[in-house]
Amino acid sequence: MDKKVIVTGVIGADVHAVGNKILTYALEEAGFKMINLGVMVSQEEFIEAAVETNADAILVSSLYGHGEIDCYGLRDKCDEAGLKDIPLLAGGNLVVGKQDFEEVEKRFMAMGFTKVYPPNTQLDTTIADLNILFSK
Amino acid sequence: MKYLTADFGSTYTKLTAIDAAKAQILATSTAFTTIETDVMEGYNNALQLLEEQIGKFDYNQLLCCSSAAGGLKMVALGLVPELTAKAAKMAASSAGAKVVKTYSFEISKTEQDEIFTIDPDLILLCGGTDGGNKEVIISNAKKLCQIDRNFSTIVAGNKSAASEVEAVYIESGKDFVITENVMPEFNKLNIEPAKQKIKELFISKIIDAKGLHKVQQMANSEIIPTPLAVLNGCELLSKGTATTKGIGDLMAIDIGGATTDVYSISAGTPTFDNAMIKGLPEPYNKRTVEGDLGMRYSLGSLADEIDIDALSNEIKVDRDVIDKWIETCKAFPNTLAKENSAHQTIEEGLAKYALKMAVERHTGKVETTFTPFGQMYIVSGKDLTEVELVVGIGGVLVNAENPNNILEGSKADKQNLMSLKPKSPKYLLDKKYIFASMGLLCSLDAELALAIMKKEIK
Repeated sequence: MDKKVIVTGVIGADVHAVGNKILTYALEEAGFKMINLGVMVSQEEFIEAAVETNADAILVSSLYGHGEIDCYGLRDKCDEAGLKDIPLLAGGNLVVGKQDFEEVEKRFMAMGFTKVYPPNTQLDTTIADLNILFSK
Repeated sequence: MKYLTADFGSTYTKLTAIDAAKAQILATSTAFTTIETDVMEGYNNALQLLEEQIGKFDYNQLLCCSSAAGGLKMVALGLVPELTAKAAKMAASSAGAKVVKTYSFEISKTEQDEIFTIDPDLILLCGGTDGGNKEVIISNAKKLCQIDRNFSTIVAGNKSAASEVEAVYIESGKDFVITENVMPEFNKLNIEPAKQKIKELFISKIIDAKGLHKVQQMANSEIIPTPLAVLNGCELLSKGTATTKGIGDLMAIDIGGATTDVYSISAGTPTFDNAMIKGLPEPYNKRTVEGDLGMRYSLGSLADEIDIDALSNEIKVDRDVIDKWIETCKAFPNTLAKENSAHQTIEEGLAKYALKMAVERHTGKVETTFTPFGQMYIVSGKDLTEVELVVGIGGVLVNAENPNNILEGSKADKQNLMSLKPKSPKYLLDKKYIFASMGLLCSLDAELALAIMKKEIK
C-alpha cells in the first residue's frame, strides 16, 4: 500500500528547528511519507504543499506561544483550497503561560482541528492517533 | 575551418562569419527576415551584405538558430501557482520558449478559449508531485484536448497520473510526449528532461511549421531556439570549458523589440547570515523573458508601467516629446532614433526602466522579519548581489551613447532594498551581437567560441 503523506512544519514566525526534525524522523520511521516544510511556515505554504502532494494530513507544530493566533482560519482556508476534511493536527507549546489544556483543546477544536496535543506529548501517542485516523 | 552562423530573428536575420584558424569574427551582417514569403530571401540578402565586406565566403559549416514567426510560443500549466506552475514556466523559459501564459489549478472554459486564441506551438502540462494530486492534471489533459488547435504537449507531471493522461491524449489523437516530472518531490526541481523534450519537439515539429525547412536542409546541425543558443553562450562564457576557465558568475540582459530577456549564470545562494530560504530552488542557468517589456512591439505595455513624468524629469525631456516618440515607435516599429537626439535620450531612458524591471523580476527578494529570536532574513529566488559582471545585449544598448547608464538599472539601489540585484557590477557589452552565434558554435568548438567571446565581449 502507498505510504500516507503528512505535511508538517513549524507555523508562523517560530524558528524552533530541532523538534521539527525529530518529529519528521520519528514519523518517517513509523512508515509515513513526510513533507517537512521546516520552520517559519505560513498557512498558505502548508496548504500549497498539501494540494500539490495530495496529502492525507497536516501536522502543525508551534513552540513559541503564538500557535493559536497562527492557526486561526487554517481550516477555512483548507476548505477553500479544496482540501475538504483533511485531518489537521497541532502540538507543542500552543499558547502562552500555563493555561488549562482542556480549554486550549476546546478552542482548537472549535477552529476545526482534528487533534490537539499538550506539551510533552510522546510521539508514540501521535503515531497511534494517526494510524487510527488513517484506518477510518 | 570556417563557420557561418545564422540567427533568424523576428525582425532581422543576422549572419556571423567566423575564421577558426585566426579565432576571430570576420564580419557580421543583418537583413530583414522574410518568413512570410521565403526565409531564404532574407538569408541571401544578408549573405550578400556579408560578402560585400569580405568577398566570397566559403564556409565549412552552417549553424542556425531561430526566433522567427513569433519564436517558440508556449503555454505552461501546473497545479499550485508557486509550485508546479512556476516550475513549468521555468522549464519552458530555460528551453528558450516564450511562455505567453502560465495556468494553475483546473483551467476554466474562459482559459480554454484564451489558449485557443494564443494558439501556442507547444504546451507544457505539469501538476502534482509524484504520487501527489492526479485529478487536476488529468482534468487539464482532457480540457486541452478539447481545444481545436494544432499544438504538441509535453506532459511532465505526477508520474502516477501518466497512464491516464496518455489514454486521454491517445483517444483525442493529439500529439504528445510524456517525460519526467518537473517536480518529482515537493520543492525539488527537475527541469532538464522537460527542457530536452521541448528542444526535440522544436526540431521535429516547429521548424517545418515555421517555414524553416529549407534552412534546416542547408544547415550542418539542428536549428535551435535563439534564446537557448544565447543561454548556452552565457553558460560557456561564465563557466568556460574543461581546460579553459570562464569569466565567472554573470548576468546578461537582452533588450529586444518585443521582449526583454534576462539570463543569470550563478548558484545564487544567500550571501548573508541568518538567512532562511523560502520557495522553489532555482536553476543555476536561469532565463526569464518579459513579454510586456520591449522597445517596439511591447512598448505600449512598457510605457504603461513607467511613471512618464518621473522619466521626463530624470532625462530632462518634455513629456509631450516622450509621448509622441512612444506613439511613433508603436505605429512604426522600424523607427530608429538619430544619434545625439532627444529621441535617443528617451530610448535610453525607456530601456533603463525595461532593464530594471526585467532584472527585478528575475532576481530573488529578501524580507526582514523579527522573531522572538532576533532578526531573520527570508530569501526567495536567486541572490545575485555578489555577481560581478553584467552583460548588455541588444540594439538599444549597442547604439546607446551611454550604455552603462542603461545597464545601471541592473544594480542594487536604495529605493528597492528587497531586490537582490548585483551590488557593484562591472558592465560589458556584446557589441556585435555574437551571443547566439557563439552559443551555436560552442556545440562544435567550445574553445574557439570561448576565445572569441572573451575577445569581443568588453
